[in-house]
Amino acid sequence: MAYRWKNTLTRDDATPEAVFMNRRQIIAGLSGAALVGLPDIARAQALEPNSWEDITSYNNYYEFGTRKEDPARNAHMLTTSPWKVRIDGMVDRPGDYDFADIMAKMTIEERIYRLRCVEAWSMVVPWNGFELADLLRMAGVKPQAKYVAFETALRPDEMPGVNSRVLDWPYVEGLRLDEAMHPLTIMATGLYGKDIPNQNGAPMRLVVPWKYGFKSIKSIVRITLTDTQPPTSWNKSNAREYGFYSNVNPNVPHRRWSQDSERVVGGGLFAKRVPTQMFNGYADEVAGLYEGMNLAKFY
Amino acid sequence: MVGALNTRLRQVPAWLIYAGGLTYAGWLFWLGLTGGLGAEPIQALERAYGRAALYLLVAGLAVTPLRTWAGINLLKFRRAIGVTCFFFVLAHLIVWAVLDVQALSRVWADILKRPYITVGMAGFALLLPLAITSNNWSVRKLGAAGWRKLHKLTYGAAVLGAVHYVMLVKGFQIRPLIFLAIVLGLLALRAKWRRWAAARLSA
Repeated sequence: MAYRWKNTLTRDDATPEAVFMNRRQIIAGLSGAALVGLPDIARAQALEPNSWEDITSYNNYYEFGTRKEDPARNAHMLTTSPWKVRIDGMVDRPGDYDFADIMAKMTIEERIYRLRCVEAWSMVVPWNGFELADLLRMAGVKPQAKYVAFETALRPDEMPGVNSRVLDWPYVEGLRLDEAMHPLTIMATGLYGKDIPNQNGAPMRLVVPWKYGFKSIKSIVRITLTDTQPPTSWNKSNAREYGFYSNVNPNVPHRRWSQDSERVVGGGLFAKRVPTQMFNGYADEVAGLYEGMNLAKFY
Repeated sequence: MVGALNTRLRQVPAWLIYAGGLTYAGWLFWLGLTGGLGAEPIQALERAYGRAALYLLVAGLAVTPLRTWAGINLLKFRRAIGVTCFFFVLAHLIVWAVLDVQALSRVWADILKRPYITVGMAGFALLLPLAITSNNWSVRKLGAAGWRKLHKLTYGAAVLGAVHYVMLVKGFQIRPLIFLAIVLGLLALRAKWRRWAAARLSA
């Protein structure tokens, strides 16, 4: 069931800087600054995928250190081949799946998604990967399964960051089954058509574009289907600040900062903040998953 | 040994600290402009200025214990350290308000609503009278005793600065806690331990 979602942001559609500046000047000249829909313009600007350099040098991957530049510096230590993923729990065909075998069976497509970090910055990333639903179907989801739990590799010899207990390692995450089966939810294995670099979660990481970035767990070694809501790392660390759902929501602030706007990575020292969109701009696709839920309570 | 060191130190002009601080701040800004601070330079610059301010706060607090416990005299540099520290706090605040938050209404909202920002602003407020009175005229005007008393606000500012740092990190991070411990340790060294011990002995 690949190709269930068509990119709305494409590399070809991205507005070149010069054209964009022209348009802004023209609009400003015609209607005066007060009438210009600044948020729209800012959003149009954000459609351009970030550079390879931005995406691979500015990472949160605490297993390799807490500074943004640490993963790019340290993640080369991680051995990603061979790589096995254990798929277990409520599945028909549990087992240790070889990453190469998975790749042979999956259809790889490009998905250009916004990425919104809980720290109030954002990027646009051209991922390559396959729908998580396809992988779960390969293992056969049993009818009683309601949630999917994920686990990142824990290798103290290859991950200098796990020697300090910033979080309770290994990093774990989880989704409700309907979220996991949603066409937008992918397993990313590439970036800009190349193999995904280690600092971005090689060889295989989750991407859930309507949730804060930390939900998109990296370097996955285990996927477990369960009927109870699985524990998640940041929720265990601070439940008041990080909920199980962690959908991008400008109306529900983080306990320590506002979530109603974001810094756009790659715009330099004078980059304009842009308003954060409900479900990170994917409300049309995913709002239905949460109908009738109080999103301030289930943050 | 210490005497020779102190003689050497007397020959070092204090303005080097101002010059070094300005150069470092300008260099960081230049790095931010030219991509040297990474893909997202706004927060990187904000944090770098904040970190410099914290280091200088610690340096300023270390002057007295170094003299008391090691005999090393850095007193002539203390004003320069303090004023340069204030300069970095101000730069940190400006980068936060102008480049990061970008709207006065949101700046106010953050100061009132976000505890770690409230704490940081309180620290800045404590430093303000110190920066204003860091000149000989003010020392004369306030009198040495009064001036010294006023400048004890540094202790509060240092604690608030370290707490601000502790409060803004995600997860359990050791660096800000070490920082807070150093600040508290430097303050503890100021306690009148001998008088305290004597009081205990005579009691």
